[in-house]
Amino acid sequence: MASKTETQTMIEVSGLSKAFVLHTQGSTRISVFEGLSMEVGAGECMALDGPSGAGKSTLMRILYANYRIDRGRIKVRHKGEMVDLASSAPRMVLEVRRRTLGYVSQFLRVIPRVATLDVVSEPLRALGVEEAEAHDRARTMLARVNVPERLWGLAPATFSGGEQQRVNVARGFVAELPILLLDEPTASLDAINRQCVMGLIDEAKTRGAAVVGIFHDHEVRDAVADSVFDMRETLAASGEAA
Amino acid sequence: MPDDDVLLHVEHVSKTFGEIHACDDVSFDLWPGEVLGIVGESGSGKTTLLKCLAGREEPDSGLISYTNRRGEASDIFAMSEPERRMLARTDWGFVHQNPRDGLRLDITAGGNIGERLMMVGARHYGNIREEAETWMNRVELEFGRIDSPPRTFSGGMQQRLQIARNLVSGPRLVFMDEPTGGLDVSVQARLLDLLRELVRELQVAVVIVTHDLAVARLLSDRLMVMRRGAVVESGLTDQVLDDPQHEYSQLLVSSILQV
Amino acid sequence: MSARKRKTRDADGETGYNFAYLDEQTKRMIRRCILKAVAVPGYQVPFGSREMPLPYGWGTGGIQVTASIIGRDDILKVIDQGSDDTTNAVSIRAFFAKTADVATTEETSRASVIQTRHRIPERKLRADQILVYQVPIPEPLRFLEPRETECRKVHAYSEYGVMQVKLYEDIARYGRITTAYAYPVRVDDRYIMDPSPIPKFDNPKMDNSPALQLFGAGREKRIYAIPPYTKVHSLDFDDHPFDVETWEEPCGLCGATDSFLDEIILDDQGARMFACSDSSFCTSRRAEGHTGPLSEDPLAQASEGGRANAG
Repeated sequence: MASKTETQTMIEVSGLSKAFVLHTQGSTRISVFEGLSMEVGAGECMALDGPSGAGKSTLMRILYANYRIDRGRIKVRHKGEMVDLASSAPRMVLEVRRRTLGYVSQFLRVIPRVATLDVVSEPLRALGVEEAEAHDRARTMLARVNVPERLWGLAPATFSGGEQQRVNVARGFVAELPILLLDEPTASLDAINRQCVMGLIDEAKTRGAAVVGIFHDHEVRDAVADSVFDMRETLAASGEAA
Repeated sequence: MPDDDVLLHVEHVSKTFGEIHACDDVSFDLWPGEVLGIVGESGSGKTTLLKCLAGREEPDSGLISYTNRRGEASDIFAMSEPERRMLARTDWGFVHQNPRDGLRLDITAGGNIGERLMMVGARHYGNIREEAETWMNRVELEFGRIDSPPRTFSGGMQQRLQIARNLVSGPRLVFMDEPTGGLDVSVQARLLDLLRELVRELQVAVVIVTHDLAVARLLSDRLMVMRRGAVVESGLTDQVLDDPQHEYSQLLVSSILQV
Repeated sequence: MSARKRKTRDADGETGYNFAYLDEQTKRMIRRCILKAVAVPGYQVPFGSREMPLPYGWGTGGIQVTASIIGRDDILKVIDQGSDDTTNAVSIRAFFAKTADVATTEETSRASVIQTRHRIPERKLRADQILVYQVPIPEPLRFLEPRETECRKVHAYSEYGVMQVKLYEDIARYGRITTAYAYPVRVDDRYIMDPSPIPKFDNPKMDNSPALQLFGAGREKRIYAIPPYTKVHSLDFDDHPFDVETWEEPCGLCGATDSFLDEIILDDQGARMFACSDSSFCTSRRAEGHTGPLSEDPLAQASEGGRANAG
């Protein structure tokens, strides 16, 4: 782990415990984490490492407050203060997601019939940026990730996997949020676009953002990650992860 | 955290019909610009709850408090009927499942939209008409139909008109009761897109009742799951749908057919 | 025309009817309703409308109001569409002459009580006169709001948007407000009222009139009133203001240019003329020496007598 003496802590997880109770399947209880802790500082990129099923995506979703937890604290630096997402009101979580916490998921949740340009400019609009400016910045970002202009007016539903992923990436990076959660950001991308994403991550780090990522591609991981969080060490005592 | 006041404060609202607990101790807060989805199956009490919130049915117990534009909070059932009716026409909107319930079928589209304006004293025909035209446009209704009565419109068009009719007064809170129910799937989709856009653009708070989780996912920020009158789970929409905690929520989510 | 008194007493000197036909208790009830109506201008007061010796739709409301207010010394004028000579006007006048033994007249200025169907006399009324209107449908919202409960709330809470919508619809469909009679008005800045099927031409006469105006609807069982010197505003839009009918010709008989004119077909070739609807007004003008373009026309003169049936 990188030294924390010079850099601000951006993410601080402590005592995290999470189990899934599947009521529809005889109330099976699957424990995922017990007492997990981690910290990420400004300008740092932490890679989550572990085999498939180790709970990497689950942890990402927990950091985004998409999944709920049973015990522990998920603190993120929001407007200068550490805010515990686990105990915050839904409204606060939405506010944190809007201004602080960005998320690039592996699968673009396609909102049908919304044009690519609008999909990408939405995070800026949510911050109050005027439509014209938001569109401009979205165009720049789309060009950067090599999404052809002829696709900008179309909804991403019919795009190829790689194109959708690039739209995803554009949307995740356009607002320059201080914390980024990247779940397989280079999946389905060719070498050129992988480079592109790595560039974006570097820039984010340079401006002081904290990045947590799941990188299936070791080359990418080695290039951008400053630290690695080994999930194997934190699996719950039961051994099986969701 | 934005400093603004809670828009709607609901405390221990209950309503029974004989032995049936239509609403059982429901409490929540709603802030300006938030979209709250209430999901549940038939008989869950969600529609009864919506009617109580909109001042159309009085609960047996509990408090429903609305904060007006001047920042004054009042119990909506403690205020006089004309006050409440005025609120319902200016600050609030109500989009019925069946647009026929929310429109005057034999009044022209323009007249339907302009009614709220005339209700609060608009007396300039030209201005009223211009406003109506603007709204026809915004809800993607053909401008040429402004002088046609909605009786001649399709279901989707009627629903758009109902939405325009409600939004023209710049309400801060809109109640929607299955606004896309009964429409063809493609028509539904268009309408949902429109609602989504308008809600974000106008920063209006919405309480939307639906049995369709996809609609809830698309439109709402927060979700409440109701069963037999009680709220069994609530949270952010993505939390409730992606990581349902309650047995019933899990059942609902797992029941969705995948296309 | 001089006042005519008719006595129809039997051998014992009794007419066989209570004064003005109605019993005293009924008159008292109606007067109370009238007082309430005057106290709340434009508000429709329900009253116990009695069975009258003529069917609904023939002025039973107006007759009951007149019967309740008329006194031995009153002089009654009755007009129907402006004319004293129509069957109905004649019958009603005779009714009161018989049951109340009151003097009657055809001259507006001589009357103390004027009962009217569908017109207001042209001559300006005085503070010592009462105008009683016959009303078929008192509710201005009748064809706009089907629910009675909602209708009452609209009046109670002054939520008259739907009325304005009706006017909007006219303009949207026809380019102008097409309501030509029974044009809705707002009384004393509060209640919206149906002035009975008078032509909109007459609406301005209701505003700030020195006379008391009473409205009676027998079938619907409502009484309403406009007290003297009350503001009466005809509904309109700022950019489509209320306006009245105009004619290109004056009255063919007396030359009046400021009265409501009836169109009268003179012969089978389609010859026509326009003449004052208010027969008393026209007669008075001619008596004063005014003439119109058709004053000497024999056809016009002949139709003078038949005019009562044309109105």
